[in-house]
Amino acid sequence: MIRLTQLTKRYGSFTAVQGIDLEIPAGTLYGFLGPNGAGKTTTMRMIAGILRPTSGTVEVAGVDVAQDPVRAKTSLGFIPDRPYVYDKLSGAEFLRFVAALYGQDGPEIERRIDELLELFELGRWKDELTETYSHGMRQKLIISSALVHRPAVIVVDEPMVGLDPRSAHLLKQIFRHFVDRGGTVLMSTHTLEVAEAMCDRIAIIQGGRIVASGTMADIREQTSSGNATLEELFLRLTGGVSDAVLSTVLGD
Amino acid sequence: MATEAGAIRQASVWTVSSPKWRSALARIRSERSGAGTRGLLLLLIGVGFWSVVFGLSYRVLSYFRGVEEIGSLLAGKMLGMALLAFFSILLLSNLVTSLSTFFLAKDLDLLVSSPLDWLRFYLAKLIETTLHSSWMVGLMVVPILTAYGLVFDGGWLFPLVAVAALVPFLLLPAVIGTALTLILVNVFPAKRARDVLSLLALALVAAVVLWLRMARPEQLARPEGFQNLVEFIILLQAPSHALLPSEWAASMLMNWLQRVPDGLPPFLLWSTAAAFITAGAALHQALYAVGFTKAQEGSHQSPARRKWQGALGSLVRWLPVTRREFILKDLRLFFRDTTQWSQLILLAVLLIVYIFNIQALPLFTGEQVPYTLITMVMFLNQGLAGFVLAAIAARFVFPSVSLEGRQLWLLKSSPLDLRAMLWSKYWIGTLPLLILALIITVVTADILQASPFMTVLSVVTIAAFTLGVTAMALGFGTIYPQFESENAAQIPTSFGGMAFMMSAVLLLALITVIEAGAVADHLRSAQAGEPTGMTLSALVRLGLVVMLCGAATVIPLRMARQRMEALEV
Repeated sequence: MIRLTQLTKRYGSFTAVQGIDLEIPAGTLYGFLGPNGAGKTTTMRMIAGILRPTSGTVEVAGVDVAQDPVRAKTSLGFIPDRPYVYDKLSGAEFLRFVAALYGQDGPEIERRIDELLELFELGRWKDELTETYSHGMRQKLIISSALVHRPAVIVVDEPMVGLDPRSAHLLKQIFRHFVDRGGTVLMSTHTLEVAEAMCDRIAIIQGGRIVASGTMADIREQTSSGNATLEELFLRLTGGVSDAVLSTVLGD
Repeated sequence: MATEAGAIRQASVWTVSSPKWRSALARIRSERSGAGTRGLLLLLIGVGFWSVVFGLSYRVLSYFRGVEEIGSLLAGKMLGMALLAFFSILLLSNLVTSLSTFFLAKDLDLLVSSPLDWLRFYLAKLIETTLHSSWMVGLMVVPILTAYGLVFDGGWLFPLVAVAALVPFLLLPAVIGTALTLILVNVFPAKRARDVLSLLALALVAAVVLWLRMARPEQLARPEGFQNLVEFIILLQAPSHALLPSEWAASMLMNWLQRVPDGLPPFLLWSTAAAFITAGAALHQALYAVGFTKAQEGSHQSPARRKWQGALGSLVRWLPVTRREFILKDLRLFFRDTTQWSQLILLAVLLIVYIFNIQALPLFTGEQVPYTLITMVMFLNQGLAGFVLAAIAARFVFPSVSLEGRQLWLLKSSPLDLRAMLWSKYWIGTLPLLILALIITVVTADILQASPFMTVLSVVTIAAFTLGVTAMALGFGTIYPQFESENAAQIPTSFGGMAFMMSAVLLLALITVIEAGAVADHLRSAQAGEPTGMTLSALVRLGLVVMLCGAATVIPLRMARQRMEALEV
């Protein structure tokens, strides 16, 4: 599970994340939505221990990330929005290296690497340098790397970008099976249909604050929105562009 | 909607370059607002370094000026050789830099897809390449030329003359390097071209090194080796490389300093620069579009491995899994990147030339060699070897943390103990350097038939210095990372790289000062016919050096760990 308590991040005078409280129980696929610059990636990078909070705490699997980062990160798999990997390593070597970062090696890991690469249709590329991989292939390799050490919690930033429809479908299945087995997933996405179809709960962040959270029914109730779709709820909570502005920009 | 192509107002070269200079200004501003003491420290190191270069140049030039008849000839010759060395460095640097700026940089998609005309694009990128490749040489030249101006009474206009000589001098290697890169990229895909370029640059440097060695510049310092004075003066007066811009720039500057009215050198410099830029622009217009397309192609190469990797794997099997895999990963990345491993060949060439130079010293010519001279050469050798080691650490160890740049998300989000990462990087850099340092020291001690005292002193000192200087390189590289740099060879040319080199030279100077007393005592004992073994005073001094190097090892590594822990990406 993940617990955020009064989580705040400031860059100088700019506050990117302001006093977020959020609890994501085990066995939940949690969607994290918000417009660009709302604070999603900053929050996720704080959970992953890449950024230090200005104040507040992050707990992953019951361990405070600031107090005991090594133990907290052992339970975590992080998938960033940009798939940067070592160009001069092959896919298999990269996964072996990532497993080693989590202190794992040996025949079990070798078997796991083969399984994951086959699952993501990268098996025949396993010994090719990743500099020859396409964007989507790199994305799949990074998703594999987040799974290689069998984490209890996955934090994933925009997982569908660059994936072909078959891989995107596979990823949805993987996340579903993962949470059904007691895992926790926090996923940010701009694809609202995906969030609506996949997520058990959703949080919407705007200007560094959570403006709504819970199940779809909870959010509809919080906003008195009847049977509104997630897109309608999202626009209502975060503000959309008016027709007058559109007319000005497009020069009608 | 868009207007017709012909009606589009073109952005100026200044505007096209603005993201670069604005970024540089923003970086300077953030550095300045960062830490006052750090800025002051860097300023002091910088001023110290400039003072040493200026002081040395001033001293040598003052001596030359005092030598009748040939003093100014010697000064001119020295300037020519210095500029020639700079020209080679610039050519090499521009070759490597232009591949990044013209073909691999991140801003290229934006610029190439915009309606910017080819000439403005070329000029903006040429200026960027020149500045990127030349700023360090530019900084080095300032104290040297200041010394020339002062010793030879250059007057207030001398700085302007220097600028007028340096601008085309810096532009020419940029145009040549850019054109060569352009041709290479049209033949090979960019990633392959990078390999070819690095090998080409390597061959060029090896050739320059060997050629400079063959030129036997030491002859200039030994006029007695010539049949008569006239032959010596003729050699000094003759331009060594009349067709090279370095010679024209040296002549232009020396003519001004000696009040010789000669318009030919500036004419040659400026007209050649103008002609080369025109030719370079024409070449760019003809070849760039095809070259840029080719640059998008990857180089499909499978990792060549298995045998040596298996051997290496079993060699480090005893290590904990994280450290072992980190070492293997770093070695794989190094040996699969031609721009990295190829420089080892250059290192081997330099090592051979270095030892050859020691062997070529005119010490053992049949006569009894003074003990003092052998001891002094051995002591000097220690300093030189230290400088070479610092330069190698700057090239190979300093960039190692920066090269993790884009993958830091992985390292920071994993339970990796950052000490393990720094430990791996430290020993990967230190072990080969230590072996190299010991080879240099032991082999030269053997060639020089140095005393046991000097051999022990040098071996212990150089070993301690190597441990310290590698830690400093790693520390400075972590404190001043260049995460955005796409080229490992460019990273040491950054501000942090320069700060590291200056600090390493300062450490070396401190060691030399501490040990000078021990060496002087040793020489006095030898002259007095007393025992020349290790005295208590010498041991204390050596102990002090070891402690100093110990501090230079521990403090930077600790600072690097703190910096890594605090780093947010």
